[in-house]
Amino acid sequence: MLQDLALTQPSPFTESKDNMATTYEKIATTTLSSAAASIDFTSIGSGYTDLRVVLVGTTSNNGNVMRMRFNSDSSSLYSWTELYGTGSAAGSAGGTNSASINISDSAAVGTSSTIPHFFSIDLFSYAGSTFKSCLITASEDNNGTGAVYRAIGLYRSTSAITAVNLFAATGNLNAGTTATLYGIKAA
Amino acid sequence: MATYTLISSNVLASSAASVTFSAIPATYTDLVIRASIRNTSTTSITRIRLNGITSGYSARSLTGDGATASSQTQSTAYLYSGELNTSSTTANTFTSMEFYLPNYLSTVNKPISTIASTENNATTAYTVAVAGLSTITSAITSIEVYVGANAFDVGSSFYLYGISNA
Repeated sequence: MLQDLALTQPSPFTESKDNMATTYEKIATTTLSSAAASIDFTSIGSGYTDLRVVLVGTTSNNGNVMRMRFNSDSSSLYSWTELYGTGSAAGSAGGTNSASINISDSAAVGTSSTIPHFFSIDLFSYAGSTFKSCLITASEDNNGTGAVYRAIGLYRSTSAITAVNLFAATGNLNAGTTATLYGIKAA
Repeated sequence: MATYTLISSNVLASSAASVTFSAIPATYTDLVIRASIRNTSTTSITRIRLNGITSGYSARSLTGDGATASSQTQSTAYLYSGELNTSSTTANTFTSMEFYLPNYLSTVNKPISTIASTENNATTAYTVAVAGLSTITSAITSIEVYVGANAFDVGSSFYLYGISNA
């Protein structure tokens, strides 16, 4: 599912009714009406300071790993370091020179095909010319098993991020999965 | 409609064992509670109930205490929402807690994310991240934040925000 934002990009000078600048805005949202391999936000403008992605959903198979790329770039420019808890043990893992960033745990239970999991990605200074880092949160409780997940991801590109690609390592995102892209302004 | 809107707030002028946000409007997508909280006595945790329901919760927590990291499975009678600064921690230090409930109007199980920290410039403090789940399949109309024992201290503050993706 691809959502082009070129025609929906708000003015950076948008003001709310009380005449204060709006600092937290929805840019786009997608709810899958049928299973899809990915949710893609494209043509993201540079009018914000940071981006936030909130994803709630399920995958076509259990134990999957949710992943993220930027700008549809599958080169080995990604890395991440994760901290997770399974309810009985804490652990840390990660990856370097990877083709994507894991936004859910790869060592515990992974995704569910029936119970929605929550993911959020805070992407800082996405339009800048330095490498891009992001803070990732995942709540993956399956009512008896599950994992809590926090990670920091890095995209070693100096290009502005204009697209965010969310997908499962294998299979599809199920119908009903929802992703929303927010923009946060510092000015 | 603004994207991120304050729905209600409560700053305690006297100690209280719980704070309840009720009659939450069905006009947002996600709910967030941001709280600055402290217990009146020596030991406690923060708990949350949805719609007054006392069963059907599940949670895994990840805890760091300044020396080690560990993970726990939490009660099914409430949503465990982290440790709490108490009267035995440094004076005037309050726990910062954020509780995020996406898709609170949905008719399926609801995932929940919480993070709390009791940093107090002492050897031991707790940072706790929680992955929670509610099996309530109706819209959430009330949220009760309460302590495991004793009460929230004077000055504790609770802010409920609605986030809209409309």
